[in-house]
Amino acid sequence: MTEPDLLAMYEQMHVIRKTEKAAHDLFMAGLVKGTTHLASGHEAVAVGASAALRPDDYVFATYRGHHHAIARGAAPEECLAELMSKATGLCQGKGGSMHLTKASSGMLGSYAIVGSHLPMAAGAAWSAQLRGTGQVAVAFFGDGATNIGAFHETLNLAAVWKLPVLFVCENNLYMEYTPIGTVTSVPNPAADRAGAYGLPGHVIDGNDVLAVHDAVAGAADRARAGDGPTVIEAQTYRHYGHSRSDPATYRPAEEVEHWLARDPLPLAHSRFTELGVDAADLDAAEQRAEQTVAAAVDAAKNAPDADPAEAFTDVWADGGSAWRT
Amino acid sequence: MADVVTYREAVAEGIAREMRRDDTVVCLGEDIAEAGGVFKTTVGLLDEFGPERIWNTPISEQAIVGAAMGAAMTGIRPVAEIMFSDFLACCWDYLANEIPKVRYMTGGQVTVPLVVRTANGGGLGFGAQHSQAVENWAFAVPGLKIAAPSTPADVVGLMAAAIRSDDPVVVFEHKGLFASKGDPAPADHVVELGRAATVRDGTDVTIVALASTVPTALAAAERLAADDISCEVIDLRCLVPLDVATVLASLERTSRLVVVEENPYQGGWGGTLVSIVADEGFDLLDAPIKRIAAACVPLPFADALEDQVIPNADAVADTVRTLAAY
Repeated sequence: MTEPDLLAMYEQMHVIRKTEKAAHDLFMAGLVKGTTHLASGHEAVAVGASAALRPDDYVFATYRGHHHAIARGAAPEECLAELMSKATGLCQGKGGSMHLTKASSGMLGSYAIVGSHLPMAAGAAWSAQLRGTGQVAVAFFGDGATNIGAFHETLNLAAVWKLPVLFVCENNLYMEYTPIGTVTSVPNPAADRAGAYGLPGHVIDGNDVLAVHDAVAGAADRARAGDGPTVIEAQTYRHYGHSRSDPATYRPAEEVEHWLARDPLPLAHSRFTELGVDAADLDAAEQRAEQTVAAAVDAAKNAPDADPAEAFTDVWADGGSAWRT
Repeated sequence: MADVVTYREAVAEGIAREMRRDDTVVCLGEDIAEAGGVFKTTVGLLDEFGPERIWNTPISEQAIVGAAMGAAMTGIRPVAEIMFSDFLACCWDYLANEIPKVRYMTGGQVTVPLVVRTANGGGLGFGAQHSQAVENWAFAVPGLKIAAPSTPADVVGLMAAAIRSDDPVVVFEHKGLFASKGDPAPADHVVELGRAATVRDGTDVTIVALASTVPTALAAAERLAADDISCEVIDLRCLVPLDVATVLASLERTSRLVVVEENPYQGGWGGTLVSIVADEGFDLLDAPIKRIAAACVPLPFADALEDQVIPNADAVADTVRTLAAY
């Protein structure tokens, strides 16, 4: 990767971190309704993976998906506007925090039923295989999804059909409020299951953006070569609770301390300076991110509210919602 | 062309016609390739289109329908088979939460042009988990189109419309009708979704039916004609879009309505239809509306028991007589 690549990754990680902080603050100020599932701490997974993919590859994410939308090209402004029920939001106010989507850049949705999108990613990969496009599809999912039936059905089908699909687990150690290890039969909930389906399974440092990049690039090459799916388990940690209402008091202080010391942003800073990137350039990238998100917050706040008429559009492909004569 | 074809043959014919005209149409499901489907509704497709377009799957309903959804979002028109409609419960997340909602919740960023076809309904003694008429399950979810043909020609015509639709369509094939025979579909036959058919004209009572209850209603109407009671029989053919206009127009002639459903009375589609009639067509009515639907019990196995639960022509005829005399 070139120095501009590394700087772009670093800036994007900061854009995500600051967007999540803004989402948190806007929620506390009463400007975001419902709930949010913030991805602070998970930035390296989205940014490292996205940097390893082609622009026309497909990405499917979960309700904790702001980082994937941004990594695939959604502007912070359109994400925050969606959270704030604005007309300029990614989904015109019909999606919200849990359903950020940027289909025009291959980010085909955020799905809020745990594990539901794994079969969809396999289907998009099947479509790419049928059409001979060389595209891959990536499903990002949490550790909790590895105990859902759809995970197992999909790994088997994808293995049998040798689909160009990557299964990337963001293992942040907690299935909502419950330690994943207390409800799962194996230590690595995604990677340890891969062997049961004849698939390679890799456990990687999900806070190291270069480690994520390299693992995803290798798996994507393998998939494009026709050698089938790979399971990647990226170990990471969320800095906020599960959702807005969760202070995450169930996590031991020393565990939180351990993971905050491995924050993916400072880690990227040190990794990139080791590779010869000037620290001042990295700091300038962070400053640009700060400005980008501040401007996005202002723009989202000043955007018009979602149009009530939007409630009755987009059910059907003709744009409408008529169900009877 | 044969003088008559079976409903079962029409399923494969309907799919094959669309696969010939559009090479993005691909089928997936359990036992659909070499075996030709457990109901033999996909016989010949593997031979004609090959394994690149006819895909056998494991018994994994979530993977089947979920993968069909992902493929539909990315340029393919999948036709997914769920062997028995009862098994839709195994992948209901996709029918309830994913497929009907993704276009809406993304603000129209994606479309899902897929067909889920499934063998629906009772009368063959398969017991409680292989006999249900579950079209009302799908009818409870905004965002799904629903077709349920009653004749071989309609199977072909509705299959064409369903596969060509850019919206998700659930096609309920009735397993009790697979062996029934009818006229073959003409070339290029397409039945627009949401267009009911008046399959018998009459002046005294309107009977609205769907799929298996269409022959039931026609049998009752034939008997009632001997008693000088003239029944108009409407085959809805689709539940979404729901052709209310055809029903209201018929009531302008007959002023009396009987709805015959195979799904349970409890939560059945007729409840929605008659609520619209009560709301918008009250002035047309000269008698109470009657619904005849399956009893609200699980489908029993023994013929003598199953016959008690599923509506039959006797029940329809008796109800029509009481209405005609009202």
